[in-house]
Amino acid sequence: MKSFPLKIVTPDGLCYDGPAQELVVRTTSGDLGILAGHISCVAPLGMGRATVMVDGVKKYAACIGGMVSVVNGQVTLVPTTFEWAEEIDIHRAESSETRAKSVLEDKTSTDTDIKLAEARLKRALIRKSVAQYKPR
Amino acid sequence: MAGVSTKEIKTRIRSMESTKQITKAMEMVAASKLRKHQNRVQASRPYFEILSDTIQAIIDANADFTSPYLTHRTGDRTCYVVIAGDRGLAGGYNSNVFRQVMEEMKNHDGVILPVGRKAVDYFTSVKKPMLTSNYAVAESVSIGDCFSMAKNLCKRYLAGEFDRICVCYTNFVSVLSQVPELRELLPLTPKAGDQRPKGTEILYEPDSEAVFAAIVPEYLGGILYGALCESRASEQAARRSAMDSATQNAEEMIGQLSLQFNRARQAAITQEITEIVAGSNA
Repeated sequence: MKSFPLKIVTPDGLCYDGPAQELVVRTTSGDLGILAGHISCVAPLGMGRATVMVDGVKKYAACIGGMVSVVNGQVTLVPTTFEWAEEIDIHRAESSETRAKSVLEDKTSTDTDIKLAEARLKRALIRKSVAQYKPR
Repeated sequence: MAGVSTKEIKTRIRSMESTKQITKAMEMVAASKLRKHQNRVQASRPYFEILSDTIQAIIDANADFTSPYLTHRTGDRTCYVVIAGDRGLAGGYNSNVFRQVMEEMKNHDGVILPVGRKAVDYFTSVKKPMLTSNYAVAESVSIGDCFSMAKNLCKRYLAGEFDRICVCYTNFVSVLSQVPELRELLPLTPKAGDQRPKGTEILYEPDSEAVFAAIVPEYLGGILYGALCESRASEQAARRSAMDSATQNAEEMIGQLSLQFNRARQAAITQEITEIVAGSNA
């Protein structure tokens, strides 16, 4: 399978820089799959699972916010947060989930609190679901 | 001894010594903080660079100039995001940034969004309009704050409150060199016509307007965070070298004073001996 150059960078550092055969990310308008030879394109990222195929092996990651761009064959993924499945702290995700749920169930929460809690819950659920792919 | 008494010199030496201890301690604190911030700068730098390169590539290849983020307006109201420190005693770190902003403001007047207590204090004293002083503590501004700041700025920019957004920060070149820099963030400027790559059409998913609306605040937030990291590292580096030279100065002064003290002591002893000898001879 043909490879393309892929760069994944977050504010915390460079997560990946090298060839990849396939990249699937969740954009705001749905999943977007990228193979070698993709047309130049830009899309903002939503929240979801990202799949990167390197040397025929699929790796999973939780990928939230930011954008993905293909310019002249160079694929760049610039998410706000990006965690490989093996790096996810499942306990943290779970505790964040319960905290978010308690805010949502609380009748006295303000609108902004609810919005923040919803976003937090979504992130926690994504992290939890991605963490299942942790290689054992 | 003429002039200063030995007691006076002794007090001065003692006070110099405690000053030296303080500057030495501050240098050490700054050095350990610097290490932390330096690591963070190194981690965030690829993001900073790739993000701006990617955005530049996108707008260079862009053929659709309808986005408000790309149109240059006739107005000249600028919003300056000024990133400085919370404390002084960091050499020229704060004042260099302010000088650059004031220089720029001579030509393009505007409002200030200060980050850091020193920035808030300074722009209050020169009576420049400020957008908000919510980010008065630079040390506690998180990446989330950067993104919400960027969102807010974009909203105001689209509403037409200002026509340009600039960020003024200190670029961390090395431990010994920090350069204040002013960078224009909005509107986005494509490279001059002949330098633009030809024949690259970019597919926008779902459409260019939605893409720019979603990406530009992200871009701004990312750049602001990068600038903040650079500035923080610069602050510690500037403080470290300022405190290092203060410690050296203190050492030099202590040396001079001890010399003076010893001379005075010796003079007193000599005088005493002369007096005794003169007394016994008489």
